[in-house]
Amino acid sequence: MNIVVLVKQVPDSGSERKLDPADNTVDRAAADNVINEMDEYAIEEALTLKEAQGGEVTVLTVGPESATDAIRKALSMGADKAVHVIDDAIHGSCAVQTSAVLAAALGQMEYDLVMCGAEATDAQLSVMPALLAERLGLPQLSGARKVTIEGGTAKVERQTDGGFWALEAPLPAIISTWDTINEPRYPSFKGIMAAKKKPVETKTLADLGVDAGSVGLASATSKVLDFAGRPPKGEGVKVTDEGDGAQKFVDYLAGQKIV
Amino acid sequence: MAEVLVLAELNPAGGGVRKTTLEALTAARALGEPSAVVLGAPGTAAGVKDVLAEYGAATVYVAESEDVEAYLVAPKAEVLAQLVSEKSPAAVVIPSSPEGKEIAARLAIKTGSGFLTDVTEIASDGTATQAAFAGATIVHSQVTVGTPIYTLRGNSVTPEPAPAAGAEQTVDVAVSDAAKQVRVVERVVEQKSNRPELTEASIVVSGGRGVASAENFSIIEGLADSLGAAVGASRAAVDSGFYPHSFQVGQTGKTVSPQLYVAVGISGAIQHRAGMQTSKTIVAINKDPEAPIFELADFGVIGDLNTVVPAATEQINARK
Ligand SMILES: Cc1cc2nc3c(=O)[nH]c(=O)nc-3n(C[C@H](O)[C@H](O)[C@H](O)COP(=O)(O)OP(=O)(O)OC[C@H]3O[C@@H](n4cnc5c(N)ncnc54)[C@H](O)[C@@H]3O)c2cc1C
Ligand SMILES: Nc1ncnc2c1ncn2[C@@H]1O[C@H](COP(=O)(O)O)[C@@H](O)[C@H]1O
Repeated sequence: MNIVVLVKQVPDSGSERKLDPADNTVDRAAADNVINEMDEYAIEEALTLKEAQGGEVTVLTVGPESATDAIRKALSMGADKAVHVIDDAIHGSCAVQTSAVLAAALGQMEYDLVMCGAEATDAQLSVMPALLAERLGLPQLSGARKVTIEGGTAKVERQTDGGFWALEAPLPAIISTWDTINEPRYPSFKGIMAAKKKPVETKTLADLGVDAGSVGLASATSKVLDFAGRPPKGEGVKVTDEGDGAQKFVDYLAGQKIV
Repeated sequence: MAEVLVLAELNPAGGGVRKTTLEALTAARALGEPSAVVLGAPGTAAGVKDVLAEYGAATVYVAESEDVEAYLVAPKAEVLAQLVSEKSPAAVVIPSSPEGKEIAARLAIKTGSGFLTDVTEIASDGTATQAAFAGATIVHSQVTVGTPIYTLRGNSVTPEPAPAAGAEQTVDVAVSDAAKQVRVVERVVEQKSNRPELTEASIVVSGGRGVASAENFSIIEGLADSLGAAVGASRAAVDSGFYPHSFQVGQTGKTVSPQLYVAVGISGAIQHRAGMQTSKTIVAINKDPEAPIFELADFGVIGDLNTVVPAATEQINARK
């Protein structure tokens, strides 16, 4: 079974992230750029499926030069090869446009399954599987906490409020995975060394047959007008419990007319 | 006045509309005259029409079909796209659940439009407010192509009644085969709780790794029940098996914006803040005076949760 895993490089969600006032897009220099943590679950799940059923795992990324680091991370975990779409014209693209580029790249690949993370931690959209499913006419099995592939059918438990929905669809399909699905492996030293030799094919928009004018900031379907830091909160009150902490807490709630 | 389509989000099995629907109807009024769209199995609309009218729906489009329930997301996007092409609305507003965002995304492709997710406010010129990067940055954005589609984050708008006609209009639903690829075989409810739903609750009490065990979460539940609150948990508490994942608050969990958020034994990592930063009032109880959660807190108690929380619960119950 051949699986394509979509991997995005994002600014580290644990650091202070910023938009770039020059064009209101993500400031990639402001924070460390790392593989979207949520994509590691998709990679892990793809590798587990490959180990059980054979086939190849290919990583697909749309992103700038620096995104190679995210690709290497995926390869060092055990993915076999990668496709990296790099083109300056893509800068500032909205999700609708990015999905067009990913769909075009997928159109040149052979797969039984496309897997991706449940969300990219930068914009937190959780929409890529839906966008791609719509464009490619693939079944969308999103938000998986469990995946089973049996005889050409994908069965997924979609995580919901207080439970799950059991979903079923024929392959090829697109599946996104939640962080409840598995425990992603750490790359081994051997894996890290091997990753350096694995093939990474780069493609431009021209290679994909995508018109450069249809992507990028200028033709994005939505735009950021302005942004500002959240106004800082006023100093709060802090008390140390000396046997009266509960009392002071309840008094505070009473003062706020909550109790 | 321009028509604005609002997709009604419904509770399962005849449980009426969710509060997010009333919020969406309220927010949509900034852009024009809201019409509600009810998508569900036959018989769904009867129980919700009145409340939709009460909150401003001039028209209630009733699109009922077993297919809408039997297959994931795609049929709903298809019916909405059909309505958008027939009615040419000024905008579409959808509650921002995982399903809502996916419907918005598919609708955007089908109608050649842009969409904005998790908006907290919509202005009359169509400008949306969004909280980016764990709520640390406030962004104003606009859709520049097609019919603007917004998903509205729960608890960011206060629902206000505005009685309207609520004229019922039946929509013929013919779901294409292309939209019937993903069958919903079963909907399984694992946890039933008598507490308010996390994203809708006006008070949330959350416990973190500091709670130290699953059994000890009864302390959190006790305080929550004394306040009529929902219970939440940090990812560390969830990963440690103290509390189920569906109660996780934060970047990869739920986003809550209650009147009062009480963080107990939670350090306040940026990913946790992402899910609770916009709460009106924040109270933190933590034994470490340096815990970053105190930077956000309107009121903080430096102390051991095992003594402070049970004592507070007792006092609150005694006041009733
Ligand atoms: C991509 C990504 C996504 C993430 N998503 C989320 C998310 O959605 N939600 C989330 O919460 N986290 C998320 N995290 C994890 C986050 O970074 C933190 O690890 C997590 O929030 C820590 O949880 P905690 O505060 O309960 O635990 P800790 O950081 O271990 O804090 C425990 C706190 O309890 C206090 N304490 C201990 N004992 C007591 C006591 N007896 N009385 C009082 N106080 C006590 C300690 O002083 C400490 O401050 C994510 C991380 C990543 C990388
Ligand atoms: N530019 C991109 N390149 C590759 N994969 C992406 C890209 N953007 C999003 N994805 C994938 O889609 C998932 C959901 O992203 P999003 O819908 O943006 O939250 C991510 O976890 C990635 O797996």
